[in-house]
Amino acid sequence: MSRSQRVAAACLLALVAAPLVLPEFYVTLLDYIGLATLVVLGLVVMTGVAGIVSFGQQAFVGIAAYTTAGLTTLAGWSPWGGLAASLACVAACALLIGLVTLRLSGHYLSIATIAWGIAIYYLFGNLPQLGQYSGIDNLPAVTIPGFAFDTGRKSYVLIWAITAAALLAARNLLESRTGRAIRALRFRSVMAESCGVDTSALKLVIFVYAALLAGIAGWLHAHYLRFVSPHAFGVNAGIDYLFMAVIGGASQVWGAVVGAGIMTVLKEWLKDILPKLFQHTGNYETIVFGALMLLLLHRTRDGLAPAFARWLPPRAAGELPREAPAPPRRERPAAGTPLLQVQGLAKRFGGLVAVKDLSFSLGAGEILGLIGPNGAGKSTVFNLVSGTLAADGGSVHLLGERIDGLPSRAIARRGLARTFQHVNLVSHMSVLDNVALGAHLRGNKGSAAAMLRADRDEEARLLAEAARQIERVGLAEHTLAAAGSLPLGQQRVVEIARALAADPVLLLLDEPAAGLRYGEKRALADLLRRLRAEGLTILLVEHDMEFVMGLVDRLVVMDFGEKLAQGLPLEIQRDPAVIEAYLGGME
Amino acid sequence: MNGNIALWLVQDGVTNGAIYALLALALLLVFAVTRIIFVPQGDFISYAGLTLGTLQLGQVPGTVYLLAGGGAIVALIEATAALRAGKSAHLPRIAVVQLGVPLAIAALAAWAAPRQIGPALQLALTLAIVVPLGPMLYRIAYRPLANASVLVLFIASMAAHYVLTGLGLVIFGGEGLRSNAISDAKFDVGVLHVGAQSLWVVGSSLVCMTALWLFFERSLYGKALRATAINRIGARLVGIPTALAGRLAFVLAAAIGALSGILISPITTIYYDTGLMIGLKGFVGAILGGMASYPLAALGALGVGLLESFASFWASSLKETIVFTFIIPVLLWRSLVSRHPVVEDEEE
Repeated sequence: MSRSQRVAAACLLALVAAPLVLPEFYVTLLDYIGLATLVVLGLVVMTGVAGIVSFGQQAFVGIAAYTTAGLTTLAGWSPWGGLAASLACVAACALLIGLVTLRLSGHYLSIATIAWGIAIYYLFGNLPQLGQYSGIDNLPAVTIPGFAFDTGRKSYVLIWAITAAALLAARNLLESRTGRAIRALRFRSVMAESCGVDTSALKLVIFVYAALLAGIAGWLHAHYLRFVSPHAFGVNAGIDYLFMAVIGGASQVWGAVVGAGIMTVLKEWLKDILPKLFQHTGNYETIVFGALMLLLLHRTRDGLAPAFARWLPPRAAGELPREAPAPPRRERPAAGTPLLQVQGLAKRFGGLVAVKDLSFSLGAGEILGLIGPNGAGKSTVFNLVSGTLAADGGSVHLLGERIDGLPSRAIARRGLARTFQHVNLVSHMSVLDNVALGAHLRGNKGSAAAMLRADRDEEARLLAEAARQIERVGLAEHTLAAAGSLPLGQQRVVEIARALAADPVLLLLDEPAAGLRYGEKRALADLLRRLRAEGLTILLVEHDMEFVMGLVDRLVVMDFGEKLAQGLPLEIQRDPAVIEAYLGGME
Repeated sequence: MNGNIALWLVQDGVTNGAIYALLALALLLVFAVTRIIFVPQGDFISYAGLTLGTLQLGQVPGTVYLLAGGGAIVALIEATAALRAGKSAHLPRIAVVQLGVPLAIAALAAWAAPRQIGPALQLALTLAIVVPLGPMLYRIAYRPLANASVLVLFIASMAAHYVLTGLGLVIFGGEGLRSNAISDAKFDVGVLHVGAQSLWVVGSSLVCMTALWLFFERSLYGKALRATAINRIGARLVGIPTALAGRLAFVLAAAIGALSGILISPITTIYYDTGLMIGLKGFVGAILGGMASYPLAALGALGVGLLESFASFWASSLKETIVFTFIIPVLLWRSLVSRHPVVEDEEE
């Protein structure tokens, strides 16, 4: 038994023993912590990991609580029917809000969540059918055949069984194919799209997921207290949940327990002493919470969970993936087949013409170099071909199919993989996970399968494939290191491995040799030659002429957004127009 | 509903809408210059309304303790920074500016409160007490986060709002106050009874907006703020300190918040937590303007005021629900007109 397993076992034991030994007051407190943990868990994934800030989770808790309260007391439904209806209601609302706000920048969503949280609060408080501000009481307890969860101690079992299951499921989700994509959402959505991730759809999924967790908490809340009233779902509740998530931090799902635990206990304590201090009742604890939150933000963005983790045994750096067969591979076009055809490509940024009437083509198994002085428009061409930018004119065909106008994830699906000039890795994620993100489209298991661990075979194949690509580019000893800890040159090589993990037919490399030492450049050139020998086609933007000349089959030279020359490397070296552009002319 | 009622509702809506418009402009200004979603704006409304009300009762408003306390904290922060940088010569100036001035205002307020100093001086005193809290808030809560992302700053705003609202409860208690109207006169315009207070509100808002426009178009500071809003790094490179721009934006926002509080307090009873709701209605307007366009934001805020006024006639208990649900169609519209984002990821 490893030390971390022992810690997990001790936690589990404490969780089971708590209701048997603790006095009523503490069991109640733990019940509340469990309920809050469920909501905060959704926020840890949504806010902490994916960077979507919501102050409105209490509204989802409230919608679920009121749905089940109404159906069980007025329509005589069973609590389990209430659960189904609650979750359906919450999912529908979350879908609507998500669809409307997720395409806009993040702060719109955050403001919208506050606004609609207020709207819901006043709706609950003013509808006579919902008991207005006095709420609905006499809810039935949740029962299973032969057992009713009708006391604080019995409810503890239900609440914590569900919470523990949700925590495990969330951990499983984050350690999966979808989880890697979620972790790339916050700062690296362009890269994620280029790996085939539909980031808008994924954001929506996460938003609904977090809302559903809040919905489950609302349902539990209603049948645990046997009573609902609007006061539990006011604006401050939503702010409290978010603060809990920030306190817990985003590094691990267990942060949700830490954040919910600290805030719930602190609140209980402050509500006890502050009114005595001010000789008046009121929400004085907000002063303390606000001040502590500011102090925390001033000092760290990682929350307090890492501070707690210091007392725990150090986490193993992860394990090398086990051997597994390769995921399905794409058919390679025969050498010489026309692969990429660019016709009359054009792009303007306002008044600046970045690319003008550019045409070139690539055959399968060829390495084409795209060179030119700084600002010639090379990277723009890259972004146009890979779909990161939309072209203003012209056409791009890949294997005879027109791809300009398609989003980059659709182009990735057709076999194009790319690297970025500015390294685009999820820096706190391991090299292995970063590269496995490249293989995203070679798997198809979704979030549900990941939560239930029904994705393990596929996951093993994807990780083994990622490990093989890392070995292929010569970084095997860094497989488990955080990508951000490598020197910049090696991070570029990780990008190549990520692109290779996609099993592309066409590889777009944006200045892969920049920042590499001499020996590393030679190794990279050897790797690219090997890839060509295996039938891969490569389009290369590079500044390092020595590197390019010895490697590529043909060159296209750009200047001021236009094609200046094209041909074999030796011809290009002697072309007077090229020499003029690079050296400012020879008298 | 007949025409008279409709006209009356329009008047009511325009009065509130003018205040929301003013707030929306302040929110846009702060967001453009500092990327801060200024949720605590609402607390300045409450603080000003309650400070004025307390002064009118002849009592010392609790905000003077915040002013003195905030000044002390800022002085401490600045002094520590000066000592760390080895610039102990700055200490006397810090003591006078950061601590002396707030203490002097607080002392003046304590002296003036029980005396009948007249409405104009009460207004001036209210502004003198509440407005300096803006730059203090910026220094204490936001300056250490100058490089944080929009969303981290948003969370910090929520935290600051928590602190200010809690402190508002401590210093003003849970009781609401309604201050005396600047003028009780009523004018009959056709069928319409126009209250002088409404004219004051709309007039002051217009004057304030014009003043803002002149400030941005004509003054050097205004141009510096605009430059910072357009390109933060560029502005720094040509010598406009980000901190100065931030402080200035917060002075303006606090002043607008305080003015709104003063204008609205004779119309609505102000509680320590009323401001949040008023401020958020300004946000709904600001969002309509895409958080970028001032005229659209002002129009949007006016629309919010009208919607609120008509909603309170048709379904008064659901007024707030209707106003805040309005944000959903507004966002839908924004999301349809906004071009597909040419994605440029935020830096880690």
